[in-house]
Amino acid sequence: MKKNRILWIIASFMIVISFVLSACGGAATQAPPSETEPPPPVEQPTQAPVEQPTEPPAEEPSEPPAETEVPAAVPENLPPAGQELVDAYMGKFKGTVVTMAGPFTDADAVKFENSILAFEEATGIDIQYSGSKEFEASIRIQIEGGNAPDIVDFPQPGLLATFVSQGRAIDLSTVINPDWLKQNYIQSWLDMATMEGPNGPIMAGVWARANGKSSVWYPKKAFDEAGYQIPETWDELMALTQQIAEDGDTPWCIGIESGAATGWPMTDWIEDVMLRTTSLENYDRWVKGELKFDSPEVRRAVELVTAIWFNDSYVYGGRKAIPTTFFGDAPKPMFEDPPKCWLHRQGNFITTFFPEGLEPGVDYDFFYLPPIDEQYGRPVLGAGDIYAMFNDRPEVRAVIQYFSTGDSLKDWVKAGGAISPHNDSDLNWYQDPVTRKVAEMIKNATAFRFDGSDLMPGAVGAGSFWKSMTDFVSGSIDLDTALKQIDESWPR
Amino acid sequence: METSSPSLIGRWLDWLTTNLGRILISLIVPVVTFFVLWQGFIFLRESQAPKIVIVLVAIVWGVGGAALLYAVSNWLIEQLPQGVRPRLLPFVFVGPALAILAWYLAIPTFRTLIFSLQDANSMRFVGLENYIFAFTDRVMREAFRNNLLWMVFGTSFCVGLGLLIAVLADRSRFESAYKAIIFMPMAISFVGAGVIWKFVYTYKGEGAGISEIGLLNAIVLALGGQSQPWLQQPPWNNFFLIVIMIWLQTGFAMVVISSAIKGIPTDLLEAARVDGANEVQIFFRITIPYIQGTLLTVTTTIVIFSLKLFDIVRVMTGGNNGTNVIANEFYLQRFTYGHAGRASAIAVILLIAVIPIMIYNLRQFRERKAFR
Repeated sequence: MKKNRILWIIASFMIVISFVLSACGGAATQAPPSETEPPPPVEQPTQAPVEQPTEPPAEEPSEPPAETEVPAAVPENLPPAGQELVDAYMGKFKGTVVTMAGPFTDADAVKFENSILAFEEATGIDIQYSGSKEFEASIRIQIEGGNAPDIVDFPQPGLLATFVSQGRAIDLSTVINPDWLKQNYIQSWLDMATMEGPNGPIMAGVWARANGKSSVWYPKKAFDEAGYQIPETWDELMALTQQIAEDGDTPWCIGIESGAATGWPMTDWIEDVMLRTTSLENYDRWVKGELKFDSPEVRRAVELVTAIWFNDSYVYGGRKAIPTTFFGDAPKPMFEDPPKCWLHRQGNFITTFFPEGLEPGVDYDFFYLPPIDEQYGRPVLGAGDIYAMFNDRPEVRAVIQYFSTGDSLKDWVKAGGAISPHNDSDLNWYQDPVTRKVAEMIKNATAFRFDGSDLMPGAVGAGSFWKSMTDFVSGSIDLDTALKQIDESWPR
Repeated sequence: METSSPSLIGRWLDWLTTNLGRILISLIVPVVTFFVLWQGFIFLRESQAPKIVIVLVAIVWGVGGAALLYAVSNWLIEQLPQGVRPRLLPFVFVGPALAILAWYLAIPTFRTLIFSLQDANSMRFVGLENYIFAFTDRVMREAFRNNLLWMVFGTSFCVGLGLLIAVLADRSRFESAYKAIIFMPMAISFVGAGVIWKFVYTYKGEGAGISEIGLLNAIVLALGGQSQPWLQQPPWNNFFLIVIMIWLQTGFAMVVISSAIKGIPTDLLEAARVDGANEVQIFFRITIPYIQGTLLTVTTTIVIFSLKLFDIVRVMTGGNNGTNVIANEFYLQRFTYGHAGRASAIAVILLIAVIPIMIYNLRQFRERKAFR
């Protein structure tokens, strides 16, 4: 009987504790919603977008960018993105937490955190960002497990499209003032954000960051001292390559190692060359899966790429070192004295990985990857980050509305490494001439196409395309096998 | 009760009033228990409290909850008449385990089986298509081959080396020191080991002004050889990966085998020596037969280990360059490519491949009367 009594004591103890806890728990979970009870419909067209003409961002005299140092004060010219954003600046969501997931790690993560700091301080909303190198896999586990972060940053619209088709993402046209979206993005961005849901097309996300990929970086000072000329055509590029090699140096720095995403820089190269060797229609068909990988067009592109990659005297470390070199480390030998390699084709975000203390425009610069076939003009390959929303709470609405404004990216643009897709951003934000040049390159392009592998279904764009090309570069399989393998993996 | 004649109803009412309290309690106590546990669960799920509070609550809730459930159901049974009690009591002890087994093992297995016959989104049935894919796709065949390599070479080296070291260390003066060193890698996780060995195998390439930082390439260069991209040349890169598992698992095999060797009675060995047996004969005629059961257990454990191997490949190569294994392909299909059907089919195949080994293992246990 003594034992029984002890058990009873434990039991009653448990009951008391759990009642106390449930009391606390209930209070904690119920408080925030009641505070923010009335979720005002966003559709109400707040002040029509009068103040700002819908011109390209460049010409606009920039609004004095909303200074948000003073808490609980709505910035004067707050963009009419939605009611929750106003509420947020009035401090209504103080102390709430918005979770975010994305692929930014290391230096990128720091720049992202810094760019949202002012907003967090002004509104009291805590945006908890967690970046992962295994993003493509981990986000699927989270979302399909019913445990989605509030906001997810997708560098691959194709991956987002699969979640949209499953009806998991929230239609942002009900969250953000549609007039504002039309005003702040050029139509092609909005088109790319519109995706097919189970009940018709929805606005699946907002574009928060863009970058141009058709750029070849070089160590400007040494480059000029060596007397090299910037190539205007592909032939000149190959001639330059040969010249550097003959001077006893290695022309190219190339690395495609990127954890589970190993191989993606190779796909960028192929896409860039595809744009220069075939029509935009063919590129679009290829991205949709209508043009096979095992086709003369794709083969030609791969062959042009491998003419550089597989020539051991053209690549720093040789072909075999390409799959083992981290893409962020790849450009670093350019900045040794003397440079150990001279050319690096990569998106503008790569400047984040450059060694510290380099001066843009002096120590490094870039040139546009030259056209191959004149009839296809000067196309630009680009990419971007689309932010999608998975949980509908007022504070999450405020944050996603915030991301639809150029202000959300201002600090990152200033820090370098990001191009703003927003119309209300200002070219003066670009602190260095190089990043401004990227923004100009995107504007001057005869055609702009989104990174193809990011648009393809995940099984190809984040799977077989990367893997097969990695195996091809390392020599494990030949080109025929690689291309067939990718074609077979395309989901039918 | 105004009636004095003890009618049937009256007697029943009597019984009810005297037992009403007990019945009510028997009803209320489980309900309250359930409510308490449920509240704890809700709290854990939704709380924004500091982590330390959540951890403490989780411990109290988990351990206390289990004790509470047991106490309540035990008490409930004791309220029942004598005759029923012994028949119900076993279920109090076995029931939770059975329920958890069913919930966490049987149902998921069954669901996986169904998924494996369906398409990528588990929407419609596609027959055996996923299995046909699993056995005909080039990458899958490569994965099967690699798993076979892991199984044969990984297991035989782990057990062989473990046995050798155990026997040799048994006669050494510094036995515990040797064993500690060999056993040490066991404390390192597979992912951690992968990161360590990535540095061992690092390859920087050839060309002007490139210096290797990888240990293995440094050794090769010091011996006058050429640096190699160790993890890029199939099929040899598989063996470089298998080395990692051997490094990790030999300690486990050694410790288990060593304890079995210690269990051999000394008079048996002495009798053999008196009879004129040499050490080799003793090893093959006495030691091996004596520890046969242990050897089999260790072997099957490591075989199962190498069948489901995932971490090393994932961390080191991601399955690129012909190093893919079944478990990694399963992960890719499910979480990168989003094909639930193929992933489930691979999982089922893996399960079926492990079953014979498991059955064999269990039979061994039964022969040695580990279970009764």
